[in-house]
Amino acid sequence: MTNRVFAAVAFAVAIAFAAVTQLISNEYYFTAAYTVLQFVILATAWNILGGYTGYVNFGSAAFFAIGAYSSVVLYNAFKAPLPVMIVAGTLIAGLAGLGLGYLTLRLRGVFFAIASLALAVVLYTFVVNWDYVGGARGAYVLQPSEVPFGLPRYVHLLYIAMVLMSALALIVARTIETSTLGRGLAAIRDDELAAECSGVPTLRLKIVSASVSCALMGMAGTTFPYFLSYVEPSSAFNLSYAVNSIAMPLIGGMMSWVGPLIGAVLLGSVQQLVQVTISSAWNLLIVGVLLVAFVTLAPNGIMGWIDLWRRRGRG
Amino acid sequence: MSIKYLPCFIGRMLGALLVSLVLSGAALAQQPLRIGFGMSQTGALAGNGKAALISMEIWRDDVNARGGILGRKVEFVQYDDQTNPSTVPGLYTKLLDVDKVDLVVSGYGTAVIAPAMPLMMQRKLVFMSLFGLNVNSKFKYDRYFQIMPAGPDPAVDWTRGFFEAAATLNPKPQSVALVGADAEYPHLALEGAREHVKRLGLKLVYDKTYPPNTVDYSPIVRAIQATNPDLVYLASYPPDSAGMVRAASEVGLKTRMFGGGLVGPQFAALKTQLGPLLNGIINYEAYAPDVGAKFPFLDQFLAKYQARAAKEGVDPLGFYLPPYAYAMMQVLEQAIKGTGGLDQGKLAEYMHKNSFDTFVGKVSFASNGEWAQPRMMTVQYGGIAGNDVAQWKKSGLITVLYPNEYKTGTVRAPYHENRK
Amino acid sequence: MDSTTALFANAIVAGLLLGGFYAAMSVGVSISFGMLDVVNIAHPAFILLGSYIAYTMNDRLGLDPIAVSVVLSPLFFVLGAGLYRVYYLCFEQRGQESLRGLAFFFGILFITEVMLVLVFGVDYRMSKTAYADTTWRLDALDFPMRLVVPFLVSMLMVVGLQLFLSHTFFGRAVLAVAQDPLALRLMGVNPIRVKERAFALSIATAGVAGAFLIVIQPVQPAIGREYIGLVFAVCVLGGMGSIWGTLLGAFVLGLAESFTSTFFGPSWAPAVSFGLLLATLAFRPAGLLGR
Repeated sequence: MTNRVFAAVAFAVAIAFAAVTQLISNEYYFTAAYTVLQFVILATAWNILGGYTGYVNFGSAAFFAIGAYSSVVLYNAFKAPLPVMIVAGTLIAGLAGLGLGYLTLRLRGVFFAIASLALAVVLYTFVVNWDYVGGARGAYVLQPSEVPFGLPRYVHLLYIAMVLMSALALIVARTIETSTLGRGLAAIRDDELAAECSGVPTLRLKIVSASVSCALMGMAGTTFPYFLSYVEPSSAFNLSYAVNSIAMPLIGGMMSWVGPLIGAVLLGSVQQLVQVTISSAWNLLIVGVLLVAFVTLAPNGIMGWIDLWRRRGRG
Repeated sequence: MSIKYLPCFIGRMLGALLVSLVLSGAALAQQPLRIGFGMSQTGALAGNGKAALISMEIWRDDVNARGGILGRKVEFVQYDDQTNPSTVPGLYTKLLDVDKVDLVVSGYGTAVIAPAMPLMMQRKLVFMSLFGLNVNSKFKYDRYFQIMPAGPDPAVDWTRGFFEAAATLNPKPQSVALVGADAEYPHLALEGAREHVKRLGLKLVYDKTYPPNTVDYSPIVRAIQATNPDLVYLASYPPDSAGMVRAASEVGLKTRMFGGGLVGPQFAALKTQLGPLLNGIINYEAYAPDVGAKFPFLDQFLAKYQARAAKEGVDPLGFYLPPYAYAMMQVLEQAIKGTGGLDQGKLAEYMHKNSFDTFVGKVSFASNGEWAQPRMMTVQYGGIAGNDVAQWKKSGLITVLYPNEYKTGTVRAPYHENRK
Repeated sequence: MDSTTALFANAIVAGLLLGGFYAAMSVGVSISFGMLDVVNIAHPAFILLGSYIAYTMNDRLGLDPIAVSVVLSPLFFVLGAGLYRVYYLCFEQRGQESLRGLAFFFGILFITEVMLVLVFGVDYRMSKTAYADTTWRLDALDFPMRLVVPFLVSMLMVVGLQLFLSHTFFGRAVLAVAQDPLALRLMGVNPIRVKERAFALSIATAGVAGAFLIVIQPVQPAIGREYIGLVFAVCVLGGMGSIWGTLLGAFVLGLAESFTSTFFGPSWAPAVSFGLLLATLAFRPAGLLGR
């Protein structure tokens, strides 16, 4: 499938998903779907650097929070419309990714990982001390009372935005994967030194992929203030974003764009389900056990299983 | 419905059938009244969430023992919000749209109350909240009610007691240091404190915040000491309350009054861990054994609560949050009985117009849903020896300084001479 | 001493005491992550496990938490050895340790946290010791025993580890194992055995650091997560795989924190510490003492 066809298909599916808002009125499914889709974007974005290139980003929460807080700034300053928030947050997070990548991607992967962790702490502290965005007290971002396009509730609009952004993230991921850029990244992942020697501009490729990855993470956060109405640093920088955006591609499989999608839908839905069924400390235990079980028993994720099964099928 | 749930569904139907057979006489048996909420059972605020849940369950059992509300048994549908605000919109839409509960109440704390607000406002539901700080100042929602006795202007009313007590000192205090953790509650309290500093014409010599996961607080206390303040107002959460109290004793903080807004010493855990270190400290409390006479019936509740809390490993005293969690449900119960139904508009109207008799005293609400009269008590600890928990049930350890109707003593200053 | 000098001197003392505690928290990571290349992100979870064991012994039997932890450290050693076995079989043997190992340890972190919640509940716990409420005073300097005792034991532990690793055959084998396992094999040493013991040693230090933690501050199962950043920061700041480096990194972070708290605003302390780490990574990636 060419990239154009894929993009068309992805958007068609997205529109179909968006159209569901006209059929089902029950808000719960859209709220739950919003959360799952948010993880689809985060996992897909993380995988562009982590899976394709092999550089682990611990700071997903930081980039997510950049997206969220840039929306808070725009809300406080101009009550900016949602599309402006989405574009601005994506760009700012991308720039932050560019900066971090430029400073630390020359080093071994571990150092990049630690640097992303440190960046999260530094940004957190800045946000806590920045009164304009509410500081430690948090900021209230009220949903507009009028919902455009004749949708019943604002959450439907947020859901549709999330569906479209997920489609975009998947298209970006697949385009990178199938392009020369993607092959360069794969070469870096397999053997960075060899890639460098055979003329792959490794640093430049890594920086590009870091910027794209971080930009998409930021995009996932831009609608967060409207979704919650109340943003405070500890919820925007929540550890669960960092953990899930690593865990989901691992569970799904990191070699292609399908893996993070499967991982996010699966783990995200399980979390939603567990939250309203078991609902106690066992909740966290399930995430822990799933993680341990998958990485020990299915080292290449679900996609790895499927590949194995297909190859066997062929004999 | 998927096949997987079928056995469970059949089981439920059989169960329901059985129950209705047993209740043959009341075969007309009304549907149970279902109340839904999210409550933190894991994560940072789980200790308080669990204590609140226990209290609410005690209320449910009490009500059902009396035959329910309007003849309907009360049932809870509750989920763990993991102290994570981003779970809240999902949980409450699930409660309303899938579980179709009759009423909802909030979880514990501002962070999980605020995210539920837009939904409540869209559905025009009465929303009773448990210890949210000034949540309604932005939403201005007329069906929001809050059970913590912070008063109609929470930031200012919350810190009033400390400064009123300070004003009784002789000679009058001149300078004040404000310090607190980087989190929503302490920042709000400090904002209120600044108002009082201005009102009383005090000199503000230190006004800083610290990250709540600080390990060593002594540099902060030394920096405060270097400014030689007459008063030190502290707004903190449990771990840093402990850290600041210890550091104040280790550094030998010399000031006339210290404390004011420490969250933590209200609970048995910190009361026993800090023990004598609390001597001399000013703080707020919702209850003190010496004013027990003003809260008849509370003893019955505390006895039930303490028995269950010991089993489940949460706050064994229950002086602070638990009675209010119970009172929150009492308010709802009386409002439902008063209006004779669940019409949300009528409930809200009734709650605005009437006052309620609860275990924590008479409650009436201001137009913003906060208590019409602030009722948090400013207290001073003293005479604590050793670390056992039982001593806190005795009289004399918690002196109430403010409000005057509950007053049992005056401030003992300076702090460093009362520390021992 | 005038008041500014006293403030300055006290900031140094507080920074060093804090640094000593940080060193104990991080020295295990310095071994597992720095020397063995095992990204043990669950290290803080084991520290908390140590805290709760020390707490139980302290609460039930009135024993000193730190003494208990030292006596029980062989238990943590065995636990560490077992964990490494699993890790080796599932990841290293297949040659795909880094990323999946990371997820594995994340999982372990959560599982340990939940176990602690289920056994001990979610309330804050703290130990009671005879020395915790006493403070030595020397002129205008304060030495709170609550920090001094962990500091001294920590120094003993860290220096002892350094001597052990640099002066024994086993120690040198540990330093060599990540760089050239083949050479070790040729010398008749089983690199797996070496890594297993070294990892076990790192978990044993977590048990002791846990006792320090509960002497210093109240503990709740979820606070382990807050220390992930810190332990890795200390380990990278000073220079990967060097115990002296870890000690230096810990002191630098401790001093940065106490000076920011004393003279600027405590609120900025984490930004200063981690900003320092970012700068180090950008300009001197091998760390302060790195080769």
